[in-house]
Amino acid sequence: MSKGIPEDYSKDINEDIHWAKINEDVLRSMENPRMGYWIAVGVSLFLLSFAVIAEIYQYNTGMGPSNLNWPHMWDLYIATFVFWIGMSHSGTLLSAILHIIKADWRKPIYRFAEAMTTFSLMTAGLFPIIHLGRLWNMYWVIPYYSDRGIWPNFRSPLVWDAFAITTYLTSSALFLFVGMIPDLAICRDNAKGWRKKLYTALSLGWRGDDRQWRNFRKTYLLMACFLIPLAVSVHSIVSADFAMSIMPGWHVTTFPPYFVAGALYSGCAAIITLFILLRYFFRFEEYMTIAILEKTCKLTFAISMVWTYLLFVEFAATWYGPDMVDKELLIAKFTGPYSPLFILMVFLGSVLPFTLAVEKLRRNIPVMFAVSLLLNVGMWLERYMIVTPTLSMSYEPFSHNVMWPSWVEWFILLGSFGWFGLLFLVFVKIFPSVSMYEVKEMIFHRRHLANKEIAAVMHRRLDEVEKKPSTSTTEPGLEGA
Amino acid sequence: MRKKAHVMALFSNFDEAFAAVAEIRYYRIPGLSVDDVNVISPIEHPEIEEFLGERESHVPKFTLMGALFGMSFGFFFLCTAQANFLVQPQGGKPVVPLPSNIVLTYEMLILFGVIATITGFMIGAQLFKKRDGLYSESVSLDQVGIELHVEEKYLEPLKQLFNEHKALEIREAVA
Repeated sequence: MSKGIPEDYSKDINEDIHWAKINEDVLRSMENPRMGYWIAVGVSLFLLSFAVIAEIYQYNTGMGPSNLNWPHMWDLYIATFVFWIGMSHSGTLLSAILHIIKADWRKPIYRFAEAMTTFSLMTAGLFPIIHLGRLWNMYWVIPYYSDRGIWPNFRSPLVWDAFAITTYLTSSALFLFVGMIPDLAICRDNAKGWRKKLYTALSLGWRGDDRQWRNFRKTYLLMACFLIPLAVSVHSIVSADFAMSIMPGWHVTTFPPYFVAGALYSGCAAIITLFILLRYFFRFEEYMTIAILEKTCKLTFAISMVWTYLLFVEFAATWYGPDMVDKELLIAKFTGPYSPLFILMVFLGSVLPFTLAVEKLRRNIPVMFAVSLLLNVGMWLERYMIVTPTLSMSYEPFSHNVMWPSWVEWFILLGSFGWFGLLFLVFVKIFPSVSMYEVKEMIFHRRHLANKEIAAVMHRRLDEVEKKPSTSTTEPGLEGA
Repeated sequence: MRKKAHVMALFSNFDEAFAAVAEIRYYRIPGLSVDDVNVISPIEHPEIEEFLGERESHVPKFTLMGALFGMSFGFFFLCTAQANFLVQPQGGKPVVPLPSNIVLTYEMLILFGVIATITGFMIGAQLFKKRDGLYSESVSLDQVGIELHVEEKYLEPLKQLFNEHKALEIREAVA
């Protein structure tokens, strides 16, 4: 939106934007971001350096400094792994589901959500490796045929994880890439130097003919259809890591839908955060409009209520169930040493989202930025509250033990945000973060097809031409109809 | 041997481009039908099939084949891996447990389905084909192109037709 002109909250996008301007704005964003972008890169590098220092120390010293010891063999690393896997569900929701139901307001913002999916998975994938301690054996987490003494147990959900995450990472990266091909061709046609070479290679010779568009449409739809059940299966499998054990607090029937809802919730909250950042960094006020932000907030609110419902169902099932240890754990969550964190999680996850239901707050960008960050703090706490209290209070009383993460774990957690941030920021600088061709389509649909007169003129013209008498053909070499 | 001309006309919008396509369909140039017309555009027009007629895409066939292959490969990969490791304590459970194998078979179905879909797309869309000299960068901006391969003698009437529909530019190459 131009300076001084108030934004129209009723319109997802200004339908009068020229197609050439869309190209110009998006291509410019990749060359000339605001200073805030470089500050964000600096912050990401700073955070990443924390993790590098901590990991070097942990590598040289062993797993002792991480405080991981029986019964706390899983702790902050695995909680953060689950958090990042959850974050990855945003791209699938915003891109695949909304694509299938033809919600065209997703078009200006789905690209970065897809990128988020890929980079979240790349971040999540680091945690099992860090958690192993022996980094040189990291290939053990990859699905491996029963050979050379590896002998994976295919009945274990941990092996399913490796299959599911590999599939999800491959599929989501391909989905992101395929969706970018027409935009990469635009970049190719406008770039110079190394960028031209890069885009020429990546656009795979795209020229935009009807054969390519036809195949592209089918491909994108089919991939979207694959990604939705895949996303659900990935987080169900991650939940199976817990639910298939007999540990109190983990052996819960509603864990798979609870995990999936939590994943969509944290992903949506992260979309709001990045939406606001990109809107500012790249001056995308005309594409990432308040109307689209409002829709994303409403979607997040709806998902937060699903998550809240499943959380309370879990409480009810435990409370009225026969397992006394499970019930004691639930009481301990509300009254024990982890209770401040647990109550904060319930507040951030179930109460704070009501701000998303208030129109005035939804339209306030600084408030929404803060809320989206706090929602994700709540979602991280949720994962931490799944892992740690159970390990601190298992079936054997002699194993009861309260454990707090060490500085090494905190540093690696902070560094993971730096790693994700850096990957994301490099991506949006090199590749278009707003889908140019989809925004053009959105404008075209809204401007032309909504206007029945224009559509009628097009069809009438076609009909009139077809009804012309055959005797009118006078051009040499041309036959009448 | 008759010379063939490669022509591309650029239009400022879909309306004019489609009107020109409709005229081509009406005139029926010998040896040339609407099936020979390629529309090159910055977006896919939602009603393009109404103007060009239904054109097939083989991508779903690739998807089906990939998914079936992934499903069978996934299942047999697991079965052979499990059957190769009989010393593992089974705890009264079968060596090849169906419930857990279904999960992994499902993942492999999706993985190979996706990979085959992309392969189908690359083949079907002729992606790696070298762009010819007529390609205009303005098509990726905001113009719509109509491309045909015609015999040289039909070139002039075709150009006239394009001009009647306010073609912005006509590019041609004779092979």
